[in-house]
This record gives sequence, C-alpha cells and structure tokens, in this order.
Amino acid sequence: MAATEIDVKYVAHLARLTLSPEEEQKIGAQLGNILGYIEKLRELDVSEVQPTAHAVPLINVMRPDEVRPSLPTEEALRNAPAKANGLFLVPKIVE
Amino acid sequence: MLNQLTISELTAKVARKEVSAREVMQSCLDQIGRIDGQIHAFLSYDAADALAQADALDKVVAGGAAANRPLLGAPIGIKDVLAVKGQPLNCASKILGKFVSPYDATVIQRLKAAGAIVFGRLNMDEFAMGSSTENSAFGVTRNPWDTSRIPGGSSGGSAAAVAADECLAALGTDTGGSIRQPAALCGCVGLKPTYGRVSRYGLVAFASSLDQIGPFTKDVRDAAMLLEVLSGVDHADSTSVPQPVPHYAAGLTGEIKGLKIGLPKEYMVGGLDPEVNQAVQNAVKQLQQLGAEVIEISLPHTDYAVATYYIVATAEASANLARFDGIRYGARVEGSDPISLYGNTRGAGFGAEVKRRIILGTYVLSSGYYDAYYLRAQKVRTLIRQDFLKAFEKVDVIVTPTSPTAAFKIGEKSDDPLQMYLSDIFTISCNLAGICGVSLPCGFTANPKLPIGLQVLGKPFGEETLLKVAHAYEQSTRWHKEKPIGKLTRR
Repeated sequence: MAATEIDVKYVAHLARLTLSPEEEQKIGAQLGNILGYIEKLRELDVSEVQPTAHAVPLINVMRPDEVRPSLPTEEALRNAPAKANGLFLVPKIVE
Repeated sequence: MLNQLTISELTAKVARKEVSAREVMQSCLDQIGRIDGQIHAFLSYDAADALAQADALDKVVAGGAAANRPLLGAPIGIKDVLAVKGQPLNCASKILGKFVSPYDATVIQRLKAAGAIVFGRLNMDEFAMGSSTENSAFGVTRNPWDTSRIPGGSSGGSAAAVAADECLAALGTDTGGSIRQPAALCGCVGLKPTYGRVSRYGLVAFASSLDQIGPFTKDVRDAAMLLEVLSGVDHADSTSVPQPVPHYAAGLTGEIKGLKIGLPKEYMVGGLDPEVNQAVQNAVKQLQQLGAEVIEISLPHTDYAVATYYIVATAEASANLARFDGIRYGARVEGSDPISLYGNTRGAGFGAEVKRRIILGTYVLSSGYYDAYYLRAQKVRTLIRQDFLKAFEKVDVIVTPTSPTAAFKIGEKSDDPLQMYLSDIFTISCNLAGICGVSLPCGFTANPKLPIGLQVLGKPFGEETLLKVAHAYEQSTRWHKEKPIGKLTRR
C-alpha cells in the first residue's frame, strides 16, 4: 500500500493530535511502510473465525454494590493544570 | 555487597537481624550514586522516602512482628508507568508534566504489605511503546554490559537497574515483550504472568487486553516469590481472574524428569543470530539432560503475530491515550477552544513513536477500515491463540529464544520503526494468546560479551510449571551469577 493512500491530516484530526507538516509527511511514509507489512494478514481466510477481544474471557464480573471511600475532590484536582471552585477549568465551550 | 544479594538471601538475613533494611537500602543508593550516571536506569528516586521506609521496617523487625512479610527489607525499583502514592508518574513522557500519583497501584500496595521498600522511577520507552528505551522523553538508558548499546525495552530501566545491582528487583510491564526482551538483553530474569494473573489497577494503560505487570529479578526463585505477592484477584480490576495463587517458590524442586518441552519449528527463522541460536540449542540439550522430553511442535500462525499485534495494540492505545488531553492532569498547551487545546497539548506532549502509534491505531479503527484491519486482526488473534492451546495439549512448556539478537547499538534501529517492531517477533505471540512467559540468561555472545536470553512459555495460569522448568535449568548453569559491574566501575 502506497504512503499517499493515508490521509494523515484527517486521521490526526480524529485523534485530536496537532502535527507539523514535516511530522505529517514522515509519519505518512512510515505508516505506508508498516501498513504494507500488515497487508500480509489478507493471506489468511478468517471468514469462519470468531474475533478475540480478550484472551481470558470473563463474563458479567460483579462486585458488591457498596459505598466505599473514593479520591477526595482536593486530591483529584491536585494535578489539574487549571482549576477553580473545586472544578477543572477549561476554555469557553458555548458563547 | 548487600545490593548484590537476591531477595531470598536478603530476607533471611534481615529476619535474623544480621543486616538492617536501612543498610540494604543505603547499599543500593550507594550503587546508584556510583554507576547510574553511566546507565541512566532511574529517572528519579526519593532517597529520604526510601530510607524512611527502611527504618519503619527495621522497627517492625525489632518489635518482633516481621512474620508474613516475604519481601522483608527488599528495595524494589518501579517502572515509571505504575502509580506510587506521593511519587511522580510520567510514563517517560513530557505530557504528564509534574504529575504526582494520588494513590498506590494494587501491586504497590501488595509489595508494601509484603515488607518491600518501593522506590525510584525507572526509565522506559514513552508510554511503554518501544523495544530499546530510546523513546524516553528523558534520555536513553544504556546497557550495563556495554554502554554503547540499548538495554531493550520498553522496561529498559528496570532491566538495567537489576542487572547493575541498583536494586534487588524491579517491576516492569509487558505488552509485547517489554519485560522479557530487556531481561534477555541485560542478563536478568523477567516474568510476564498470564493475562489476568496480576491486577492492572494503577498501571497507566497502553493496550488493555495485552498489558501485564511482572517482576525483574536476579534469579528464578525471586521471580517466584514476587509473583506470589503480586498475584490474585482484585475488585479494582475486573479483568483480574479469581484463580487461587499457588505457593510458587515451593514448586521449585529442580525435578523436571518427564516434562515435555516444545520447540516451535517456526521460531528458527532467518534473522536469528547464530550465537543466540547456538545458546538456545545448548539450553535445550541441557534440559534434555535434566530429564525433560523435547518435542518439535508447530505454531503455524507465528508469521502473522507482529502484524496482528501492531493493529490490536495501537488500536487500544489510541483509545487509552485519549485521556491525555490537558484537562484533568499533566501539561496543558492553551488553544482558542477545547479542540485546539487538545490538539496543541497532545502535539507538544507526545513523542514521535507515540504519535505514530496513535495515528496508526486511529486509522485502523476509523470508518471504512475497521473490518479490514481491526476486526481481521482480532480474528487472526484467535488463530494465534488456538495454535498455542493446541500445542499445550502435547507439551508442558515451549522454549524459544527471547530475542533474535543480543543488544543492538543505540541509534541502530531508531529511524526504522518496522525493523524495531520485528525485533519483538518471539515475544509478541505470548501476549496475543494471553499465556505466561519468562526470560532467563542462557549464555553470552563472544565479542563483545552480551547476555542471551532463553524464553520459556507456559499454559494460561501455568506459572508453577513454567518457573519449575526455568529454575531447574538456571540451577544447572552459572549464567545468572555473571555480573556486568566490573565493566562499569573500571571506566
């Protein structure tokens, strides 16, 4: 698969990742190479195979529905880059 | 020197009050002061906190209450991806800024309860993405056997610190070989437990269906002791499995007569270094002499493992790393609106390999490509897992090289991500299949002298047999007694 087939700018937007034009070009070329290698998976017939999401399937894992102590607000906010009034501070979202 | 002891040697001495926990901790700190400038295994360490933990343990011993603390006084270094309350956590990335963990990971709670001294932040590839520790935002770690070479990765700091006797053991994490490969390249023991054996609570997730925490140690007995402490179900991690935890160290009898050992024919591939191949063949002969039966087996989908892994792992990573957005923690780069704030923060905070994998993972999950890449990879994952389950109907463990080569030079592969990915060829399948594996020393290359690792793979929750085989081999050799230290102090 050729490098040009990946729209790195669009994928970077989906990932909320700002890239420089140089990064876009470099990553595009490298991913073209990697995706070319990954193409080998097409050699296999997987039409009758069930997908594996987890190697050790556990079903309906429950814990007791009990109130337990959790991280105090002050602790949860301690690493925040901006905070006010016990809340995370973010740029304005609505006018 | 006390820092050179194994945990089993040390804890006996501490309990008998022959040495204090403080003396051991100080001995490790002294070693770090002497040599860490040459290898850079530690990103940081809090000496005052470590010594305070040691003093508290010495008080426990003096008070006669040291029972049920199997790791009493053992200084254990921690990979910079696990939360230790009150200590920094950066995942060797700039994006976490001055983050300080507000709680202990479950494995850290368990180590502390077992009497270990938990200290230091060990270097790694950023967010555990890499095989050389060159992707750390804070500088490369160097291999203690040859400081012009990489220590392996992503847990390169953990492997180098244990090999250089800077701590008695260390914790690392293994998503595609990140414990076993650096253990092989630095000449120590590295164990990846079965998926679900050890709680992942407090581990910063890379690929949640593949990640496991495990120990780096100086011998197999210590790995067994640590695994017993780390293992067990945890309500904070719903993927931890409620299987009883055996007394692993008790199973190390040295007796492996009649056990069946599988040799996968697909692992004798081109690119396998002749000296590595010879060391592994010699180890197989040694296992036969110890009474094991060797059987050739086939894992027919081996050739598809690396491609499968780089779809599954990057897809999961692209979702897991969405949380690093500059809102709740870490470094923030402002923007005119939230979307540009996210993009700017992530663009400035993540390194090249992390960006590459986020883009690849986002791409394989994106509309129109999901079935062709992600779903197909999940199906091939089923085939790879079935290969192993079928093989384990015939054999008790599987033996392979851990890495196709010994440690390579710093910079040798850093511009070619695909070549770097292919260096994980022997370790990746284990994570996809969810089984357990260990790497232990099985020889050295001639010139330069570099460690070679033997990988033993076991059935799901088959750590007892895995460790029994590894221990029997180890005790019949001298490889694990060899030290790189002379090389470092002579400089």
